[in-house]
Amino acid sequence: MKENHLVEMRGICKYFPGVKALQNVDFTLRPGEVHALMGENGAGKSTLIKVLTGVYEKDGGDIYLQGHDGAVSIKSPQDAQDVGIATVYQEITLCPNLTVAENMYIGRGHSKVANWKQMYTDADKILQNLGIPVSAKQQLGSCSIAMQQMVAIARAVDMDCKVLILDEPTSSLDESEVEKLFGMMRQLKDRGVGIIFVTHFLDQVYEICDRITVMRDGQLVGEYEIEKMPRVDLVAAMLGKQMDDMADIKGDYETYAGADADQMVYEATGLKSNAAVYPFDFHIKKGEVTGFTGLLGSGRSECVRAIFGADHVTGGSVKKSGKDVKISKPLDAMKQGIAYLPEDRKGDGIIGSLSVRENIILAAQVLRGFLKPFSKAETYKIADEYIKLLDIKTASADTPIASLSGGNQQKVILARWLFTHPDYLILDEPTRGIDIGTKVDIQKLVLQLASQGMSVTFISSELDEMIRTCSRLVVMRDRHVVGELTGSDLNQNKIMSTIAGGEAK
Amino acid sequence: MTIEKTKDDNILKRLLHSQMIIPLAALLALVVFNLIADPSFFAITINQDSTGNSVLAGQLISILNNGSELAILAIGMTLVTAATGGQDISVGATIAVAGSAMLAVLCGGNMRPDTLAAPIIVAFLFGVVIAMVCGAFNGVMVAVFKVQPMVATLILYTAGRSIAAWINNNALPIIPTDSGFGIFGGFIPGVPIPTPVFIAIACFIVIFLVLKFTSLGLYVQSVGINEKAARLNGLNPTFIKWLTFVILGVCVAVAALIKVSRISTINYQTIAADIEMDAILAVALGGNALSGGKFNMGSSILGAYVIQFLTTTLYKFNVASAALPAYKAVVVIILVVLSAPIVRAKLSAIWKKIRSPKQAEVEAVK
Amino acid sequence: MATLKLKRSEGAGKRAITDTNLLLTITIVVFAVMYIGAMLFLGRGFLRWQTFFNILNTNASLIITAIGLSIVMICGSIDISVGGVVGLVTMCCAVNLDYQGGSPVTALAIALGIGLAFGVVQGFLVAYLEIQPFIVTLAGMFFARGLTTIIHAEPFNVANEAFLALKDTRITIPFLGSVNNSGNFTAAYMEIGVAVALVLVVLAFVMLRWTSLGRSFYALGGNRQSALMLGINTKRSLFLAHLISGLLAGIAGYVYIMHSASGAVTNADGMEMNAIAASIIGGTMLSGGVGNIIGTFFGVLSLGTIQNIVSSAGFTDAWWAKITVAAMICLFLVIQSIVLARKKQTE
Repeated sequence: MKENHLVEMRGICKYFPGVKALQNVDFTLRPGEVHALMGENGAGKSTLIKVLTGVYEKDGGDIYLQGHDGAVSIKSPQDAQDVGIATVYQEITLCPNLTVAENMYIGRGHSKVANWKQMYTDADKILQNLGIPVSAKQQLGSCSIAMQQMVAIARAVDMDCKVLILDEPTSSLDESEVEKLFGMMRQLKDRGVGIIFVTHFLDQVYEICDRITVMRDGQLVGEYEIEKMPRVDLVAAMLGKQMDDMADIKGDYETYAGADADQMVYEATGLKSNAAVYPFDFHIKKGEVTGFTGLLGSGRSECVRAIFGADHVTGGSVKKSGKDVKISKPLDAMKQGIAYLPEDRKGDGIIGSLSVRENIILAAQVLRGFLKPFSKAETYKIADEYIKLLDIKTASADTPIASLSGGNQQKVILARWLFTHPDYLILDEPTRGIDIGTKVDIQKLVLQLASQGMSVTFISSELDEMIRTCSRLVVMRDRHVVGELTGSDLNQNKIMSTIAGGEAK
Repeated sequence: MTIEKTKDDNILKRLLHSQMIIPLAALLALVVFNLIADPSFFAITINQDSTGNSVLAGQLISILNNGSELAILAIGMTLVTAATGGQDISVGATIAVAGSAMLAVLCGGNMRPDTLAAPIIVAFLFGVVIAMVCGAFNGVMVAVFKVQPMVATLILYTAGRSIAAWINNNALPIIPTDSGFGIFGGFIPGVPIPTPVFIAIACFIVIFLVLKFTSLGLYVQSVGINEKAARLNGLNPTFIKWLTFVILGVCVAVAALIKVSRISTINYQTIAADIEMDAILAVALGGNALSGGKFNMGSSILGAYVIQFLTTTLYKFNVASAALPAYKAVVVIILVVLSAPIVRAKLSAIWKKIRSPKQAEVEAVK
Repeated sequence: MATLKLKRSEGAGKRAITDTNLLLTITIVVFAVMYIGAMLFLGRGFLRWQTFFNILNTNASLIITAIGLSIVMICGSIDISVGGVVGLVTMCCAVNLDYQGGSPVTALAIALGIGLAFGVVQGFLVAYLEIQPFIVTLAGMFFARGLTTIIHAEPFNVANEAFLALKDTRITIPFLGSVNNSGNFTAAYMEIGVAVALVLVVLAFVMLRWTSLGRSFYALGGNRQSALMLGINTKRSLFLAHLISGLLAGIAGYVYIMHSASGAVTNADGMEMNAIAASIIGGTMLSGGVGNIIGTFFGVLSLGTIQNIVSSAGFTDAWWAKITVAAMICLFLVIQSIVLARKKQTE
């Protein structure tokens, strides 16, 4: 371990069933620096941080800390606190039913019976110093999300830590609050604290950070000095350029050329839902492949969830094949011939312990009705057909879907929706976390389906994938639709500059 | 656990991998125990009953007979468990309610009627409606108000027997023996096998037909395993959870009919006492996860008869009925401890440690 | 922009009433309304202080079990074995006192031992093996009930003199009492059990309010994952909560037999339900993290009062009491569900 390193993580590996979340990742943090950790969703940032803070136990690699001889073992959040690592997580990890001060001091264990008066005075002093306008005696749950996040930060700051980890703390803060946070960070930096800063806001990275580590697909992409890393290169590093891996496939498939090629399949005006996205307009024609693009948290998933009725739709009008329809729950959308492959495969997609066969027929069965189940023989026939069609690698149709690899699970979900014979298919990150071969399979399938007249909306974090498949891209930033690109505008540079916003020249 | 992925149609092997193995193993253990302790346990004789019919008698017949209500309840309990990941502990109390309601209709206000005041079918259907209302109440608490199933059903668990007593003003209606009401819990004249056995078989046939000719099983399992995904596939998890409680209500009513018919009257405090524990145990012993998800109906039903086998065995060894729960509680704890994920992970780690030297040997030989 | 700003309204920060306080207020108001209503409409009985203290005398053991139950519920867990444990303790104490020549001290040791044993085993299964608390404690309840009948099936009255002396000890309340027809003042009294219960209420209140263990219970129930991330030993806290509940059930069993002086398998029948009811009525949320021992205390008083009202109003049959309790618990569960839903909406 080098002298001037505060934290050194070497060859960190972490596996979850069927997923290599971290593969041989190195990471270093120097004292008095703000180090950005960047990457798209599923890149492994949060996993890496949870390994460092003892939430996860690593499956390989070593962690070294300044002032500790040899590798340290951090097995619980308590251990991490003890060696001077303070963390503010992306989701609020405080208890809403306790007071602000309690949330700042609990679990830091000193005396059995706390000195309450002292605690409240101390807490108020810290809050005041940091300019956080809440009272220490207030119940945390009664504060706004932003204030809760600030309290979490206050707790971490007060812990007299050597390493401060901020895992996307700014997503719920407004500009002045972010400024306050940055002020705090600069103070800590001057005290020699090393700060790991995870964010997906590029502006913030360029404002406060000294170095950047980029991760993708559980692997380290590289470590860069901020001055030597222009915005566009950073976006490219995050999204990955794997152009060499695949040739252009768009040309292999003809665009749909039926007589009804111009027919509007789906049209929404001013659609909005209770999820965080501004009202938007969207339309898709028969045989068209459109995409929603933008960085994580830009609202791309929320848009398609609103289309499918997965979130609570609160306004806007929708036309399906020219007719006015009301889509307020998934079944409405399914009846209109819309299919939706969700972003969160494990949480929203698979029915884990049911068989591949049952997973494939589920949606079609629901559409067909309660009293008309497919016979067992039929389901085997259907399952075998789709297993062959999509080349799903499974021991048998009766294998529980949970025991398949990620890519094959995704194909099963795809089969489920194809079997409902939709005319509009929405795929939200169908290729995330799956091997390259399956990715190409899915892309080819999308183009093939479109050439047969199906309309497809495709979302991916990987730009070239979008460019290879989509003929029109809706670009989103900060939950707004900020542009629509077609034709010759569909190239990496143009898309990245639209995503990155005006500043990126 | 090395499950070979070869297509082996060997029945024995398939059985070993099915969850039926759990109740079957328990059954085998009980059979062996009784064979050693007293083989006369398995004797079946032909007796004359009070009306002069020749009927089958013996411990095995009594297991089949007395296990009927439990097996019927296990059907509904399996569905509730699968969909909600919780259990209904009010079934015993709602049996009292439904039974009391049936008797009230049959007696029509007179506690000692000479003839029935209403046809049996009307009384039964009334009981079914009452039990379904109880089930629907539990279902609303669980599915709509999102109260944990066991707490929600604790309400009727407490109040049920009181409500049952209140229906008949705490009097004990007694059905005349010549009314024919007794056959549901006794024997049909000329048939040597107890009627509850037939009723139970009828219920099994109905549920298997329902599972075969509707999508109930698929829907319930989907909701139980992944509620969010089920919703995105167009299902309505709230309704499905509620539905399972209503179905359990129907099972409760059938069980109540048998229970009150057996004695042609009712004891509000002791009728179907502690049956909720047995029903939950049947589901667990059937190898179904009490946290919900996949279920195997046949396995639950078999589990119910194994529980009855255990009960009968304990009775035979002069364990008082009030003391039975203590023994069964021990069985439950052993079952849940063995099926707890943490314990399983530890056990399989130990198992690997024990096996690894052997495996190394095997590989060395190769 | 306004639609998306995450509720930066000033009002949110100033909402003074916390969930705990809100539910506690509802409880106290409900109790006050009930008691005053009873005084107005049901007349004399409720106007005497002794009626109030009799509610305490009969429900002392319930107060103690309800404290334990509130604590596990605040952790987001549950313990339905308490009624069974109380029953078992009363039977064991009675047998010890009458058949084994025991003294009040040995009986107390037995009571504490049984409570502790249940608490330790159930706590271990729930906290360290992560088995559903309901299943574990349901089994615990059946085990305790079954064991009670195995130990002694027939009901009997305790005749141990030292113990009866303890039972009959009355603590008179100065100044509170009533004047009877002939003009004599009779001071109200309470039993030792009530004093024990009140001390435990205060202890539990202090523990929950001001010790780090108590606050860890709230943290655990508020958000278990967060509690872990904040560096709390969640398993240990959960274990201790169940242990406390078991121990309190043991003490409650002793207090129960101090009041009834009889051993019977029907002792404390359905007490778990009453304890849960008292906690829920007292504003403890089933989902955990919200609750207050003072509320629980008022919850027990409310239950005792309503049972008193129901019987005073002429509904003397035993079943009415149970139906009323079930109705009350149902009502308060729905109130909680609405409070919870409203909170989710504002989040």
